[in-house]
Amino acid sequence: MTRKRRRLYMVLAGMLLLGGAVALVLAALEENLNYFYSPADLNTAPPGRPIRLGGLVEEGSVQRKDDGLTVTFRITDLAESVPVTYKGILPDLFREGQSVITEGTLGPDGTFVAREVLAKHDENYMPPEVVDALKKSGQWRGGGAAAQ
Amino acid sequence: MIPELGHFALILALVVALVQGSVPFVGAARGHRGWMELARTGALAQLILVGFAFFALMYAYVTSDFTVVNVVANSHSAKPLLYKIAGVWGNHEGSMVLWVLILSVFGAAVALFGGNLPPTLRARVLAVQAWIATGFLAFTLFTSNPFLRVFPPPSDGRSLNPLLQDPGLAFHPPMLYMGYVGFSMAFSFAIAALIEGRVDAAWARWVRPWTLAAWCFLTGGIALGAWWAYYELGWGGWWFWDPVENVSFMPWLMGTALLHSAIVVEKRDALKAWTILLAILTFSLSLIGTFVVRSGLLSSVHAFANDPERGLFILLLLCITIGGSLLLFAWRAPALKSGGLFAPVSREGGLMLNNLLLTVACATVFLGTLYPLFLEAFNGAKVSVGPPFYNKTFVPVMAPLIAAMATGPFLTWKRADLSGVIGRLKVALAAPPAAVILALYRQGGPVLSVIAVGLAAWLFVGALSEWAVRVKLFRAPIAESVRRARSLPRAAHGMTLAHAGLAIAIAGMTAAASWKAEEVRIMHPGESVDLAGYTYRFEGVNSVLGPNYTSDMATFTVTRGRRFVARLTPEKRLYTVQNMPTTEAAIHTTGLADLYTVIGDADGSGGWTVRIFHEPMVPWIWAGALIMILGGAVSLTDRRLRIGAPVRQRKSPAGAAVRA
Repeated sequence: MTRKRRRLYMVLAGMLLLGGAVALVLAALEENLNYFYSPADLNTAPPGRPIRLGGLVEEGSVQRKDDGLTVTFRITDLAESVPVTYKGILPDLFREGQSVITEGTLGPDGTFVAREVLAKHDENYMPPEVVDALKKSGQWRGGGAAAQ
Repeated sequence: MIPELGHFALILALVVALVQGSVPFVGAARGHRGWMELARTGALAQLILVGFAFFALMYAYVTSDFTVVNVVANSHSAKPLLYKIAGVWGNHEGSMVLWVLILSVFGAAVALFGGNLPPTLRARVLAVQAWIATGFLAFTLFTSNPFLRVFPPPSDGRSLNPLLQDPGLAFHPPMLYMGYVGFSMAFSFAIAALIEGRVDAAWARWVRPWTLAAWCFLTGGIALGAWWAYYELGWGGWWFWDPVENVSFMPWLMGTALLHSAIVVEKRDALKAWTILLAILTFSLSLIGTFVVRSGLLSSVHAFANDPERGLFILLLLCITIGGSLLLFAWRAPALKSGGLFAPVSREGGLMLNNLLLTVACATVFLGTLYPLFLEAFNGAKVSVGPPFYNKTFVPVMAPLIAAMATGPFLTWKRADLSGVIGRLKVALAAPPAAVILALYRQGGPVLSVIAVGLAAWLFVGALSEWAVRVKLFRAPIAESVRRARSLPRAAHGMTLAHAGLAIAIAGMTAAASWKAEEVRIMHPGESVDLAGYTYRFEGVNSVLGPNYTSDMATFTVTRGRRFVARLTPEKRLYTVQNMPTTEAAIHTTGLADLYTVIGDADGSGGWTVRIFHEPMVPWIWAGALIMILGGAVSLTDRRLRIGAPVRQRKSPAGAAVRA
């Protein structure tokens, strides 16, 4: 075959593959985007879908249940707070007053059932989403915590 | 005094880079020999200057000089020496100096060992290296100066993050940077070739060793990072498709594609423009990786920094580098003469398929990593993309690649006989059913994982089959096979090793992801729990004092039936200076699986939260990665790669007389 035709076939093959990948991507994105909510706008979240909820762990709210493994606490953006329950080992940097991001679903009773609790690797680091949530609630207290 | 000298050395290096980036270019265009040679001197001078700056910073760390801000923020007098040294690059500013140091090492290597490169090409390559160095030196000096002083000095430093006080992670950045920066060599060669207007076999033979070396280091760096996350973070996982992980993975994918397409350029003088584009894209992805990690743009499990000003500078750097190089490509690529024709079923065709699939796979990872960013820019929604996305997009693209990889080495250039290839793979064809049956028997499902294991087996036996055919294993006497194996080019052994290593790693990854077992519960001393055939007996918890931490150390006795297997001691440490807790998992490897134990908090009444994982075939992931790196290293020792450009043998009378 001529050079031109070979090039045409190569381009067509590439585009076919790319098209297939794009289709896969779009399909996968639909189901797997986890939207982030702060406590203030959690009521706009779709119930039952996995989402992320982030903020500060409210002081004095961490309680262990009787089975020892389940923990309940409240996440707050200093304007509103949401009860959260989690079963498992909490990450090392999970502490009252520290920022945290949880992944899970909003239960029918308004409690957030967390599947994963993510606390950052450094006590000075605050995830950008939490910073924005605090700014929105008007409780942002300056850039000290955000700078490295 | 020393930090000031280091600072000054960096400034000098910037000036040298500016000169090295301009004069040789003019010299190459005009054919002025002296100005071209300036590039070599410049590269060596840069190495000396940046090296001095790096060691000046290291000196400040080792002597715990707390008048230097960087040392205060990231070190402590009580830290062990290894981590004081590792602390040099365990922070943003220091790591930039390391980046530039490795850049200058590669530049100096071209200056010293590039004797048989055409002088114009060498001059241009070193000049492009100097441009990159200029950008990063400017970034370091203007936004991330590690030599800033503070008076009066505090009495002690604020210590390194305890998570980073770990041998695995100490070497993770240097290895990664050797990879990223190594791809800058391919980039420089590509740009130089575009400006020259000529890409030939000699160029490809020169690009390959650098790309191969960079690839080996990047593989090692990624594997080290994954291994560290596995044993340090205590979640039993080793890959989270976190943005920081993805940005190291994307250059790896494109670098692999580059390695393979460079072969076509060298052997068949084809796919030139595509290879150049790959070189540009690979390095661009390395740069994007730097940007994402340091700008605080994406929320990630282990984000590095949170500083928009630096992010803006790097964004500018990115736009100029990537935009400029792509523009140059669009302008000059048509000048490259295209090479030989080939049939779709041929070695070239196979390598093209390899490239296509790798590029598409990289594109899916790119989309998943940066989509949250675009979405936030457009409508303010904050989203994250998790592992299920990548499992649905990346894995289906890689699967056909793995399937084709076994046949690839059998294909001949220009036109290959597919039925003949399949014929030679008869033994390999038996492997997937065997593996599938074994997996179904042991685990029962899920279907996709079983198929993946079958694919891995296919690749493994296929890679070995090719090697066996070449040395006529089992078809000729052993001595003959050994002789053939010895005279095979090293690159052939390297290829077999690398492909087989990948197969092992994929088998490990599939098993680890699909058949992991976990137990989380409260345990009191004396209690036992069973998991995957092993019995874990919780003996109790002791308090232990470390050099800069206190620790709760638990003891587990692991038995299988009656046989003693291991005693595991997971810890929960508290590092005193930073008041930061860490989890130290205890792992016992049986070669086929890992027994992974984690201790959590006490519940106040004598019980402890305990997490036990049974991780099947995880050791195979690390083994596979090591074998891949070994394969790359073996390929690097191939004698053919040492010869830069083909040397024409001139038969002179005197020479003939001497030879006779």
